[in-house]
Amino acid sequence: MLVECKNLCKTYGETIALNNINLNIERGRIIGLLGPNGSGKTTLIKVLSGLLTKSSGEVTISDKEIGIETKKVVSYLPERTYLSEWMTVKQVVDFFKDFYDDFSEETAYGMLERLNIKPGDRLKTMSKGTKEKVQLILVMSRQAELFLLDEPIAGVDPAARDYIIKTIIGNYNENASVIISTHLISDVEKILDEVIMIKYGCLVMHKTVDEIRDEHGKSVDALFREVFAC
Amino acid sequence: MPWSFDSSTPLYLQIMEQIKFRIAVGNYKAGDKLASVRELAAEAEVNPNTMQKALSELEREGLLFTQRTSGRFVTENSETITILRKSLANEQLDLFLKKMYNLGYTNEEVLVLLQDCIGQEEQA
Repeated sequence: MLVECKNLCKTYGETIALNNINLNIERGRIIGLLGPNGSGKTTLIKVLSGLLTKSSGEVTISDKEIGIETKKVVSYLPERTYLSEWMTVKQVVDFFKDFYDDFSEETAYGMLERLNIKPGDRLKTMSKGTKEKVQLILVMSRQAELFLLDEPIAGVDPAARDYIIKTIIGNYNENASVIISTHLISDVEKILDEVIMIKYGCLVMHKTVDEIRDEHGKSVDALFREVFAC
Repeated sequence: MPWSFDSSTPLYLQIMEQIKFRIAVGNYKAGDKLASVRELAAEAEVNPNTMQKALSELEREGLLFTQRTSGRFVTENSETITILRKSLANEQLDLFLKKMYNLGYTNEEVLVLLQDCIGQEEQA
């Protein structure tokens, strides 16, 4: 098992962000982490990436407690880019190479070249969408075991969205899993194996997309609207 | 031919249908080598596991076969493809007939309508 959560809880003062999450994730899967705003998606991702510490319960990645060893195998794309505006593409690539042993410069430059992004380009001259693509390329150029993508397709145009989806498929590997948090479900539905739905910090559903279509006769998007109807 | 999917049935079933159609119309010919799972998945923009599942099912049905080192191929058995084409045609006929019965037509009337329709097509 790649990820195991047992009775995982995270509280911020009085607020319960994650409530008794029990979750197992296998290798070689692409998983959608779905839930309305404020349901705990980002909190869960941040606990898995080691940016937040759990309040109680257990959570392991590759049988290891969250820490330096798990950070080596987890590649995380945050909601907002953290790269400095003054840097050039080459500088951020070097930065990643320096930081992560499993980073492949070759993969990154290959993908950047296909988008006509040059090593000398500065981040501050790029559009929001291009910056997001650069960040995604960096994150996907690692040979990680777990990729955590927090809202990778929000705020980019449909063509860029297709590119991002193709990149995720193209980098698929049997040994690794990808967790994508999003509320733009219909855009990613085709590439998902499984869906995790959370609501008020509780896990309400963890099923394969085929199961959902078989059992409910509807798309994940339609089911989501039903489960989370306001 | 582009891939297109609806939202109600499992994707692997829809992929199977579309590959069958491609084989039936000769888009993929007997003995043709298929692209890799990864390439096909990227082309259809679906999860590689889903593509893999569809291809294994088609293999089980005898429409595809794998050669251990060189990849996956369309069956070389032309009879299998003939049967496939026939069964796809039958599916369409069943659908058509059901709709005609719903509209209240009898078998005889359907036949007459069909002949007229074919006659007009030939003139056009």
